[in-house]
Amino acid sequence: MFAVTTTHYLVLSFLLFTLGVFGVAARKNMITVLMSIELVLNSVNINLIAFSYQLSDLTGQVFSIFTITVAAGEAAVGLGILIALFRLRETTILDQATELKG
Amino acid sequence: MDFLTAHGADLLFYVFAALALAGAIGVVTLRNPMYGAISLLVTFLSVAALFLLRQAEFLGVVQIFVYGGGIMVLFLFVIMLVNLHRLPEVNLFGGQTPAAAVLAVALLLFFGYFFTRVHFDPVLAPPSALSGAGGNPQAVALSLYQEQLLPFEIASVFLLIAMVGAVVLGRRR
Repeated sequence: MFAVTTTHYLVLSFLLFTLGVFGVAARKNMITVLMSIELVLNSVNINLIAFSYQLSDLTGQVFSIFTITVAAGEAAVGLGILIALFRLRETTILDQATELKG
Repeated sequence: MDFLTAHGADLLFYVFAALALAGAIGVVTLRNPMYGAISLLVTFLSVAALFLLRQAEFLGVVQIFVYGGGIMVLFLFVIMLVNLHRLPEVNLFGGQTPAAAVLAVALLLFFGYFFTRVHFDPVLAPPSALSGAGGNPQAVALSLYQEQLLPFEIASVFLLIAMVGAVVLGRRR
């Protein structure tokens, strides 16, 4: 039970995923929401690396490079949107971004 | 001492897993986004250590460079740029928090059920396919530039699009 197996990594990754999903759904501040998305993407990487080790297959590691690429692009565009929102409304609170509300 | 040599890697997993979880809890619950970003940095570095424990040396270093360096600097830059001292966040969590909590608990139950049923055999010897003849970075590079060449090129185009998009979004009008 003490020895670490792939299941331990899956449980850790799943807990990080759940925390990230909760942060995305519950928090009001857009900066925190973007950081929670990074948590979710990181948990996916842990899964890929754990299975790569378990199956002795390098593809999981190579795939997680692409996940990191997407995470970097997402962070850049998301923070660009955040700055545009801040210029428009002087806020980063998502509840106050109501431009499209009739 | 024998215990440490036999179970050192396992102990390190528990230490870094606890650090990663603590950092993630900090990201979701801390009021000041600056503290949240530092908390996120703790998670990133712990996850990098976990990568090293699973024979993903190249990925561990990339994790520190890209997440701990690039993405973290982006976040800190934006947090300082928007100067949140003037924006008191009265209520940390929005009105949809109960629904989010229900979603999280449902996820916990759903996946927890599967985790009680799956079983993986412990990997006794480190897998040789992950290191190859010239170490892990060479093995990753060979796979990346030979088998995965098309996804690699698509990823570079994606990064170009993301860069142009970020510049356009951040431009002053």
